[in-house]
Amino acid sequence: MPDALMSLQALNAHYGDFQALYGVNLTVEPGEVVAVIGANGAGKTTMLRSIAGLLRNAPEAIRWKGQPIGALRADQVAALGIALVPEGRLLFPSLSVEENLVIGGQLGRKGPWSLQRVYDLFPILKERRNQQSTSLSGGQQQMVAIGRALMANPELVLMDEISLGLAPVIIRQIYEALPGIVGEGLTAVIVEQDIAKALSVSQRVYCLQEGRVSLEGQSQTVPREEITRAYFGV
Amino acid sequence: MDWLNALLQGTLLGGLYALFAAGLSLIFGVMRLVNIAHGDLIVLSAYIALSFGVSLGLNPLAALLLVVPTMALIGYALQRLILNRTMGEDILPPLLVTFGLSVILQNALLMGYSADPQNLQAGAIETASVNLGPLAVGVMPVMVFVTAIGVIAALQWMFYHTALGRAFRATSDRQDVAQLMGLNRAHVFGLAMALSLAVTALAGVFLGIRTAFDPAAGGARLIFGFEAVIIGGLGNLWGTLAGGVILGVAQTLGAKIDPGYQILAGHIVFLIILALRPRGLFPRIDG
Repeated sequence: MPDALMSLQALNAHYGDFQALYGVNLTVEPGEVVAVIGANGAGKTTMLRSIAGLLRNAPEAIRWKGQPIGALRADQVAALGIALVPEGRLLFPSLSVEENLVIGGQLGRKGPWSLQRVYDLFPILKERRNQQSTSLSGGQQQMVAIGRALMANPELVLMDEISLGLAPVIIRQIYEALPGIVGEGLTAVIVEQDIAKALSVSQRVYCLQEGRVSLEGQSQTVPREEITRAYFGV
Repeated sequence: MDWLNALLQGTLLGGLYALFAAGLSLIFGVMRLVNIAHGDLIVLSAYIALSFGVSLGLNPLAALLLVVPTMALIGYALQRLILNRTMGEDILPPLLVTFGLSVILQNALLMGYSADPQNLQAGAIETASVNLGPLAVGVMPVMVFVTAIGVIAALQWMFYHTALGRAFRATSDRQDVAQLMGLNRAHVFGLAMALSLAVTALAGVFLGIRTAFDPAAGGARLIFGFEAVIIGGLGNLWGTLAGGVILGVAQTLGAKIDPGYQILAGHIVFLIILALRPRGLFPRIDG
């Protein structure tokens, strides 16, 4: 069997004495969208932070095209072609909207995404390009955060709770843009609390519960009651 | 007319203080590092220029071509090999390490160069002056002041119009997210310290031409630099120039009243501004 694009092999993660992940196994094949769902505190964000190199305590457990990458710094992981849209957006407040996007592409990786393509996807950002990023609405800030990750021309994009705290109309807008984003051979891992949204855009789904994988299946066929059980543990 | 002259000399002296301060302001802005050894690094630059002068027969102004890159290299190495190991959420460990570095530098200079005061000989330009009506303006102080304006304008431009400046601002905002953009924090910090010490090299050579220096001269320069930064407002480069000028003018006017008041007058003005405007005269608005 050829190597997956990215895989987690018995990933454990700790914050000091607290263990947040217990032996998580997950694979991502090229071109697919994988959803990871789970309640607050299930370890979803910890998992993404581990993959992105922000949390480094499992050197062997994270593999990129078969090679272990768990010991790499975040900037080295980014250079491999893995981009994270962090929870809470975390834009750079002293940079303008356009500078936030440009810095996302500063590694100079080749690919379909450019400033112009991001502006085509989210036209409002072009109008606001010279504003401070913090002066935008939450939804617009999320568009910047997504655009910033795309500007890196990644092979794998990790999206952490991109609908959190946004108005339903904005969430719909962002999720309508997703197929256009992942249609270009881009692979994505999408972490969501909104189960319906997560299932609608993904091919496969994992559910995390208290740091363990409680369910793995095809997004379109996995029975809803199984998801409910895996999600809430009842 | 004497008072006007004192005002002019003080303003020009402010250029030197702005050069002391710009390097401090830069590294505090990028990485929240308070560099207690900054004054000693200024003095180190003067001694390096002295050594180049002795060994290669270079005029100190020509030696700048060597001192600036030497100090930049020292800055990068210092940051990567020592200071980066101490950087984290807590700003105290790096502060203590730079304090230790200050002690080490002073004693190393004492061993290498003795406690005798030294001076950098720049030749006729040191005493050259031009007459502006009744006022005589020294060429050297004007050159220092113009250099300070040039350095601050260049730093300002670098910060807001180059990829390096963008990387500095992003790292200053959110270090971990900047890493996600592919920026190696350790390298970015190294570049910031290299740039800071390159400016320090200019300050040290101008200091050595202006006055005698010895291995213990760094402490006062650190204080003048700090005062200029805080008067101008933390993180504001042009404010730093204004802070330097205010400090310089306060000192020369104080000296005009009584030569013994020179340093004290500067400290008193600093204290008054700190009491009335704790964030400085021109605090940074964003962030």
